[in-house]
Amino acid sequence: MVSVRSAPPEIRATPRRVKLLKTDVSRRTAWILRAASILVPLAGWWALSVSGLVEDTFLPSPPDVWAAGLTMVESGDLPADLLASLGRIGAGFGAAVLIAVPLGFAMGTLGWAQPLLEPVIGILRYLPASAFIPLLIIWLGIGETSKIALLVLGVVFFNTLMTADVVRQVPARLLEVSAILGAGRARVAARVVFPYALPGILDAMRVNAAAAWNFVVVAELIAATSGLGYRITRAQRFLQTDRIFAILIVIGLIGLTIDITLRLVRARVGRWAQ
Amino acid sequence: MSNGLQLVDVSREYVAGIPVLSGIDLAIEPGELVTVVGASGSGKSTLLCLIAGLARPTTGQVLLDGQEVLGPGPDRGMAFQTASLYPWRSVARNVAFGLEALGVPRAERDERVRWLLDEVGLTAFAGTLPGKLSGGQQQRVSIARALACQPRVLLLDEPFGALDVQTKEDMQLFIRQIWQDVGTTIVMVTHDVEEAVFLGQRVLVLSSDPGRISQDIPVDLPEPRTLEVRRSAEFLSLRARVEDLVRAEHRAHQALKRHAGSS
Repeated sequence: MVSVRSAPPEIRATPRRVKLLKTDVSRRTAWILRAASILVPLAGWWALSVSGLVEDTFLPSPPDVWAAGLTMVESGDLPADLLASLGRIGAGFGAAVLIAVPLGFAMGTLGWAQPLLEPVIGILRYLPASAFIPLLIIWLGIGETSKIALLVLGVVFFNTLMTADVVRQVPARLLEVSAILGAGRARVAARVVFPYALPGILDAMRVNAAAAWNFVVVAELIAATSGLGYRITRAQRFLQTDRIFAILIVIGLIGLTIDITLRLVRARVGRWAQ
Repeated sequence: MSNGLQLVDVSREYVAGIPVLSGIDLAIEPGELVTVVGASGSGKSTLLCLIAGLARPTTGQVLLDGQEVLGPGPDRGMAFQTASLYPWRSVARNVAFGLEALGVPRAERDERVRWLLDEVGLTAFAGTLPGKLSGGQQQRVSIARALACQPRVLLLDEPFGALDVQTKEDMQLFIRQIWQDVGTTIVMVTHDVEEAVFLGQRVLVLSSDPGRISQDIPVDLPEPRTLEVRRSAEFLSLRARVEDLVRAEHRAHQALKRHAGSS
């Protein structure tokens, strides 16, 4: 039997236009905004540098920076430094990825690897890599090895944990289906888990490539005879702020190039996920 | 040694002392099409997992053609409610996955895949990625993939639960067709009583708390089963009978949960 109960007090829902949190803009607007995102700060910098409010030595104008950059290109310093820095990121980031991806893969798949590795990596990743510089110099000297080691230290822990997260997200159902279809562990790892996780692994690499690029420059600021960071410290000694600006812009552009490249690779590899 | 699928006094506990399934004795002949219905909590999916080898029985034995099932393997195929396809592999390569694992040579693999895609009506989609398919098409791929290694038993765990009514009807006829063409044993779990009665040669009704086989009902409806069969008096009365059984189990299960919640 249905018993009769008194209804709770009435609420009057007044008509009101509720807006959704997420909004879209047209493609055209998006491109205008992208351009503004670069051009507005550039214009602000330019205006400030020619206004006379700040001394030229502290804030060189864009044309001065361009000229300083050209000088460094013509002298061959900038290309040589760029190559040195890129070589270090190639070696350091490459080594970090070669360690992190298998380790993360193991953590995401093998039951014992997660509890064994997560606590220690969880602690290590909070130790700032830059704080290891003195130790690395004591251990490895001031040569290339200590710089590459700094890069590895700065990136490897984050990349391992991020890879482990991605690998863990492979649906259990997909692994069960694969086992029922007769695929053993090695086959499942290579033919199921790896392809499924690859786009996410590349995403993790993209985030960490940015960190790696930062660490290259940090390493070169400390003790180096080549590289973009080294070029900055030299320019500082002679108060050549225009050169510093030019190098910073090059660093930014290279970072952007790395990011876009990895994005393109990811879009290609992860076509199925769209 | 007897052929077919046998469960001998099987029980399964996930938490010690609380069996999800208990005292399951079941024999399914080769080539039978058996459907399993039950309220939630009756352990119907667990039953399939035990046959698939994804879980081991806490007590008792699962035997396939006299051999104990110790783990998953290609002699039993399975399809789930989520098609769980490999999203980066084309339809044809999804179907080929099990054959690759078995080490079937390329030419034979291609031939089998072609036959299966033809059987499930997806030849035109051989090169398509699963993400581009409709839910019903995905489920067809999933079933074709499960059949590729010619399993002795095909296990279906609510494969049409997420499909719209019209697609579901198509898929039911499709399963019947597959079964006639391939001749494999099929065990299908569903919560849809109409589907269970329409498809099964036998309907097993599971009780809850713990899951047991409470009824094993032979379905004597004309073959081949056409959609008209669903309007016949025999079908309707059988459906009503099974519905009443499942509803009673559902009520009992809810009452028990409320009781457990209030204590």
